Amino acid sequence: MARQFMKGNDAIIVGALAAGCRAYYGYPITPASEIAQAAARHFPALGGVFIQAESEVSAINMVYGTAGMGIRTMTASSSPGFSLKQEGLSYCAGAELPCVVVNIDRGGPGLGNIAPEQADYFQVTKGGGHGNYRLISLAPNGAQEMCDLTVHAFELADKYRNPACIMADGITGQMMEVVEIPEADELKHDHSDWCVDGTPGTRKNLISSIVLDPEELEQHNLHMDRKYKEIEANEVLFEKYKTEDADLVVVAYGVVSRIVYSTVDAAREAGMKVGLLRPITIWPFPTEAIRSLIPTAKHFLAVELSTGQMVEDVRLAVEGHRPVHFYGRCGGVVPSGMELEEQYRNILEGGTES
Amino acid sequence: MKVFEKSKAFYEVFERKTGPAQEASHYCPGCGHGNVHKMIAEAMEEMGLTEKTVFVSPVGCSVFGYYYFDCGNFQAAHGRAPAVATGVKRANPESIVISYQGDGDLAAIGTAETIHAANRGENITVFFINNAIYGMTGGQMAPTTMIGQRSTTTPLGRHTLEHGNPVRMAEMLATLPAPTYIERVAVGNSKQIMKTRKAIRKALKIQSEGKGYSFVEILSACPTGWKMDAPSARDWLVEEMTKIFPLGVYKDESDNMDDGAWDRISEEYQPEKVNVYLDQLKSQVGDSVDVEMPYDLQCKFAGFGGQGILTLGLFLSQIGMRGQKEVSWFPAYGPEMRGGTANCSVNISRKRIGTPLVDHPNVLVVMNQPSLDAFESDVVDGGTIIVDTTVVEGTPDRDRLNAVMIPASQIADEVGTPKVANVVILGALVAATDCFEKEFVLETLRNVIKKKSLVDMNMDAFCRGYDFVKNEG
Amino acid sequence: MSDQTAVEAPFMEVNGELCKGCQLCLAVCPKSVIAISEKLNSASYHPAFYTGSDCTGCGLCFYACPEPGAIRVVKP
Repeated sequence: MARQFMKGNDAIIVGALAAGCRAYYGYPITPASEIAQAAARHFPALGGVFIQAESEVSAINMVYGTAGMGIRTMTASSSPGFSLKQEGLSYCAGAELPCVVVNIDRGGPGLGNIAPEQADYFQVTKGGGHGNYRLISLAPNGAQEMCDLTVHAFELADKYRNPACIMADGITGQMMEVVEIPEADELKHDHSDWCVDGTPGTRKNLISSIVLDPEELEQHNLHMDRKYKEIEANEVLFEKYKTEDADLVVVAYGVVSRIVYSTVDAAREAGMKVGLLRPITIWPFPTEAIRSLIPTAKHFLAVELSTGQMVEDVRLAVEGHRPVHFYGRCGGVVPSGMELEEQYRNILEGGTES
Repeated sequence: MKVFEKSKAFYEVFERKTGPAQEASHYCPGCGHGNVHKMIAEAMEEMGLTEKTVFVSPVGCSVFGYYYFDCGNFQAAHGRAPAVATGVKRANPESIVISYQGDGDLAAIGTAETIHAANRGENITVFFINNAIYGMTGGQMAPTTMIGQRSTTTPLGRHTLEHGNPVRMAEMLATLPAPTYIERVAVGNSKQIMKTRKAIRKALKIQSEGKGYSFVEILSACPTGWKMDAPSARDWLVEEMTKIFPLGVYKDESDNMDDGAWDRISEEYQPEKVNVYLDQLKSQVGDSVDVEMPYDLQCKFAGFGGQGILTLGLFLSQIGMRGQKEVSWFPAYGPEMRGGTANCSVNISRKRIGTPLVDHPNVLVVMNQPSLDAFESDVVDGGTIIVDTTVVEGTPDRDRLNAVMIPASQIADEVGTPKVANVVILGALVAATDCFEKEFVLETLRNVIKKKSLVDMNMDAFCRGYDFVKNEG
Repeated sequence: MSDQTAVEAPFMEVNGELCKGCQLCLAVCPKSVIAISEKLNSASYHPAFYTGSDCTGCGLCFYACPEPGAIRVVKP
């Protein structure tokens, strides 16, 4: 069993290599640069491609080129850079190209700062670019998941011919943990019926997102929508910790879920029945998992490094049956466990509405 | 017998084209795109390239390039064709990749992509149709619109003061060292057209021989956008456009290099090769041992940058890893960096670790005064605080905390260099907390210290720190 | 003109349905053997046509024509 102590950002590249990713295109930005640096070390060493592109825009369009050949490829950035990639992501989604894009979320808006935030939730889970499309969005909360969910992201991207996103905060990118290195395996998806790879067999295919006829474009959109409904039905991932009897279900993802996890037992020792529901896929969102807790939970609380984004999806899941509270810190400020326990106490003792 | 007819590299019927007349192009009467398309198709066919060519269509009037060419086709976002072409060519260097672009696409919104693909010497061919106007969107000013030329966004004519001057892409790109071949041609009259035919073939030949980036700028007419009939438009092209955009070869290095000079490698995915490679990345801490640990460590290490604070955290983490414990290490970055200090949080735990951030450490190491001031009060009651007394003047609350006062930097200096003060501290930490056996730690350190010449000094530093605490205690 | 082997003199031919009547072929023809039809084709263009003699088969009209399939030139 090969293990290594590594940064979350480095673990992404180990996962990408094990997943058979052959080409990395990127642009430096804190706190995501380690990903490009690791790619620059490892991809050429394995006969793969690494290009430091002239811009984020260029990087995602290089991804479009390689993805259109049916070859696993990726790019990574942090919030301002991720914003720049939206055009390309919309084209990738429209042309149904599998690829993986990583966003190590930092403080915004604008140049903001380099500290951890989760304020790109809307951008990642609700589309980001123009048109009817979704990103399959995975939210790791540790180095092992940075690796494993990257492998999974490539699988999902291929399975559904859609871009998949790893959405992590700066802490998860920067911290080091022990990672069990996965084994690379044969790829099972055959793309020859749609890809264009410069060989005679794929010459008949076309990589394009343009559909001039409104009726036809509607059909294309509906086809994509069916695909997204299938993803929603089959690919939701989440983790529950002590939610069965929880009066207060805290919903949190990424590093925040780790902080909440640390508080659950302490809160219970203090007489507060708290549980954690952690979305691992933030799109598709674990709506049913949350809904199933309505009979036993008295309150829901969304904790985020934002001014309130995921909380909207929690509210949509709870549909007014229970109060949905929100606690967020932003700008790079991370809540402490004690701070959260105080919130739990306020809710459970005061029963205040959100 | 010589027959001039529609190339076999064109589809027989343009089935991707919507509406009636699926054998006719979508271009306006007299448009230069068609001429260039015909010569590209002819070259692809006659050079035997059709089956391995990937044609990247831009946004602009030639957005529908894929209607026509019976090769692999990509349609790219506006201005991004050279980036897409790069992604195709690098992934399959055997393919022939054409980036076909108009003036707005190539010289306005896609200037960066154009320049950098050229500067990397991508082994692709760029065909640049310069007709000095935006055709598809309705005759607006292009980056190459001529001074005085009227367009729908320069109704009084292009004026330098208002709109800048026409951009000369061939000249600009020729200043770069990487491109192999840059020529400007035109399709204004038969002589020009025949030169264009030659340039197109030459560019594709350079690519197929692995000789690098080729760029052919083709001055072309847009009778619709220029509001002229087709013959007048061709005349205007010949008489006016060539004054601002002189025809000719701007760069040609193709005879000065060997075939394959710009070939790049891209291997196919081989899982076994990846596994052998990934195996080399595995940790060198040594065989793991399930060691006893009396309690979980939540550590904060703080000091100035350059004192080895982060490395101290890494050493301890790797010791914990070898001891089969859950481990996390997090370096302060962003607003957590207070007072110019470097610090990191380290958890070594017997159970799953929640937050990687240590707000309330049970072990605090301070290697400068600001860190003592900033973090002492965060330490839990009865926690251990290790102070490098060589550099820290203050003293912590000895009633509340288990304070270890050790002149670590001075001891390190005696050992050989103050740089190993962090290892002296590690020795003190292991002694003061009894978290790991001394021999186990020394063995692990021996494995993880990369420079083998430094192992002995580090062993010595560790033991001095360890003994200092044990003897003092 | 399907039986090419029987052809002895060079000729050009215009597919009248594909021609857009831009007249660029007329402009380049060294022998001025191409003319414009008075009739409209189904796309409402006056197509070019070969006047029937003196074509040298030089091919200049083929390259001057922007339409992929509008002009064919045969030089035996």
